[in-house]
This record gives sequence, C-alpha cells and structure tokens, in this order.
Amino acid sequence: MPDHDDGTLNRRGALACMTWAGTGLLWSLGGGVPRAVGLETAVATEAPSAPFRFLQISDSHVGFDKAANPDALGTLREAVAKIRLLPDKPDFIIHTGDISHLSKEREFDDADQILRETGVPLFFVPGEHDLLDDDQGGAYRARYGQGSRGAGWYSFDRHGIHFVGLVNVVDLKAGGLGNLGPAQLDWLDRDLAGLASSTPVVVFAHIPLWTVYPEWGWGTQDGARALASLKRFGSVTVLNGHIHQIIQKVEGTITFHTARSTAFPQPAPGTAPSPGPVKLPAGELRKVLGVASVTFVRGAEPLAIVDTPLAG
Amino acid sequence: MPASLPPQRHRAGRRAAPLLALLFILAGGPEARSADPVVVHIDNFTFGPDTITVAPGTAVTWINGDDIPHTVVAKDRLFRSKALDTEDRYTFVFTQPGKYPYFCSLHPHMTGTVVVTGPAG
Ligand SMILES: [Cu+2]
Repeated sequence: MPDHDDGTLNRRGALACMTWAGTGLLWSLGGGVPRAVGLETAVATEAPSAPFRFLQISDSHVGFDKAANPDALGTLREAVAKIRLLPDKPDFIIHTGDISHLSKEREFDDADQILRETGVPLFFVPGEHDLLDDDQGGAYRARYGQGSRGAGWYSFDRHGIHFVGLVNVVDLKAGGLGNLGPAQLDWLDRDLAGLASSTPVVVFAHIPLWTVYPEWGWGTQDGARALASLKRFGSVTVLNGHIHQIIQKVEGTITFHTARSTAFPQPAPGTAPSPGPVKLPAGELRKVLGVASVTFVRGAEPLAIVDTPLAG
Repeated sequence: MPASLPPQRHRAGRRAAPLLALLFILAGGPEARSADPVVVHIDNFTFGPDTITVAPGTAVTWINGDDIPHTVVAKDRLFRSKALDTEDRYTFVFTQPGKYPYFCSLHPHMTGTVVVTGPAG
C-alpha cells in the first residue's frame, strides 16, 4: 500500500492510489434500465441503494508479465481489494473472459484464488486466451463449464432479469471476427423464446457483439443475428471485454458496453499500428488510466452512453 | 528471398553451391529455389511478409515478436501451432507444391500465405 502525505492510509486515499488498475463496473438495475457507476465513485460516495446490483470484471490476463504490466496478478488483486471495500456487496460478478493469459492451470488457479476473495458468486465466459491449452478449451470447460452447453454458453435468471453468457472466441475463421456459430445462435433463439418482451435481458460475451473496429478483429461476424433475436425486448444490455477500454453506444433498445481490463490497456481503435498492449512508464500508466476512469465516473446519475468515434 | 534469414544461411548456401548448381540444372532453370529455411516474423499483429514463395522441402519458421500470443493455423488445418508466446517459434516443412493460406486462430484478421513452387518442367 502506498503512503500518503499525512502518513495515514485512509480508505479513500488507498483507493485513489489504486485507480490506475482497471477495475470493474458496478451495474444496478432499477426498472430494467441498467445504470453504471465507476467503482471509485461507488466506494467513495457510498453508492445509491439499488434493488439489485452486479459487477463486471474483464481481461485479467493472469500470467501476463510484459512491459505494459509486469504483474497482472497484482492488479487483479488490487481490483478485488476494491470490490471488497464496496459498502454493499454486489449480488454476483460476471467475468467477461481472458481470465488467464495462456490458459495454464497455474494461471487459472491464481485467478480463482483471488476472485474467490470477493465472496460473491462468479459467472464466466471464456476469452480467446482461456482456450489455449492443448485441448483447446478443455481446461476452461472443466473449471467453469458446469451447466453450460457447447463451448460454454448458458443463461440464468436473477431478480426478473434474464442473463445470457455467449462464447464468441471459438472456431474463428481466417480473415474474420468473433464467431458465435449456428448451434449457439439456434440455442439463443430457443432460450429467448419463452420470455416476455418486457423481460430485461443482459447478454455478455468476450469479444464485442457489435462491430467496433473490424481492422483489428473487434467485432463478431454473426453478432447481428444474435442482436436480431434480441430486438423484441424492451431493455437489452450487452456487456463485452476484449478491447481493454470503455466504449459504449445505444442502438434502439440495446445498450452496448465494453469494460476495462484489470491487466493492461489497449489503444483506441486505429490509433496504433496494432491492438497490442500499450506500454507506458509506470507513473504515466497510472495517470492516464486514472484519467480515463474519471471520465467514465458519473456518480449516481444514470449512465450517459457516449458513441465513441471509431476512426483513428 | 522475401523473408529475413538467419546469418548462417549464407555460409550454408556457399557450402551447398555445387549441389545447388546441380539442382538448377536438373530443375531446368534459375527460378527453382533451394530449400533454405525461411523465417516469417509476427510483429504488430501482422505476418511479415504476409506472402512467401518457397521451394518444396522448405522449413518455414514463424517467430512471435509481440507481447501477445499468436498462433499459426492453416486454413485447411494442415498445420497448427500451439499458442506462441513472445519469442516462441513454430516450424513447418512444406513438401508439396501448392498455396497454403493460414491465419492466427486468436486474431483471425491476421492472415498470410505460403506458396510452394512446383518442380519445374
Ligand atoms: Cu494473433
């Protein structure tokens, strides 16, 4: 823990020093309209009471040790420490993939051990980094796949909200984007069939289901078909990771949101030669990510979703 | 040659010169290539060069220079590397003439092609 000017380490001070690590988003659903507040604000100002809340965390890349962040496990630990300081525990946490960096048992073990400390149930979908074992996902499915179908997709209901976890990192085609595949899309149709259109739906998957930046593969080839199946619902929230930055947009009744990583930032679409990790000096890194975090924090207001320009 | 090559290649090439001359004669022209190893570098989520032309029997080695793992997977699944972490390499020997499109199964927008020339004549 870093020291502070007055020699004490109050909770808020400690949090301010940890803002550089990507965190999570606290979602509260009131009347079917999701609202998000940045974690720092949620902790610092005591989040407004809400009927139901959950957390999204993403891209922890446990095992990553390159220049952009030599200790991805440490930053996950910091994110979890922040979650534990929340005055009201979220009901559960959704991890939108890339739990590990190279799908090693040790990486999954380390991630699990830290994530367990949140003390709340966790739901996962795999990122492409979680399917790198020789069995192409066997290790992930053995650990997280209980009750799921196919490559690990599933749905569940909480507080009248229907949650759907999709897998779009399997069987990717040369030259293409993320991929859901016909079997999963058919399952989605069947899964949604019995639901009233007034049911709020939250869909989560690793790669954005909408096309963020195809030049870097940031999109899902057959994502439009999934979105078409969701069109009749009055409130749909799509939560993704993969791109290690916050991008939001609204299209009709569908709200799209991508979460930060807890490990390292990636460049805004088209602003770098490649989507590889952004390497910054340690001080610089914290400052920049901290600023990015502030722009997102909106206190108790409903989340204003900004359609970020994609051209670089 | 399109790819940058390990330095010892030139020494090996000189030692093999008489054999190469013989091969050229047998193959009937200077366009026939020796089966010297070829390297494809993976940098900035790109295969460089993205297209290489080699002779049958050529060992092609991919080296990942990125901080993010990549794979090398033939479109027809003829070859498939494990995930290559930083500086990891993968080698495949191309024996049959033909066109071999491949991609990174993690980042499928990354594509490349190995063209294996046919025996002349
Ligand atoms: Cu790749």
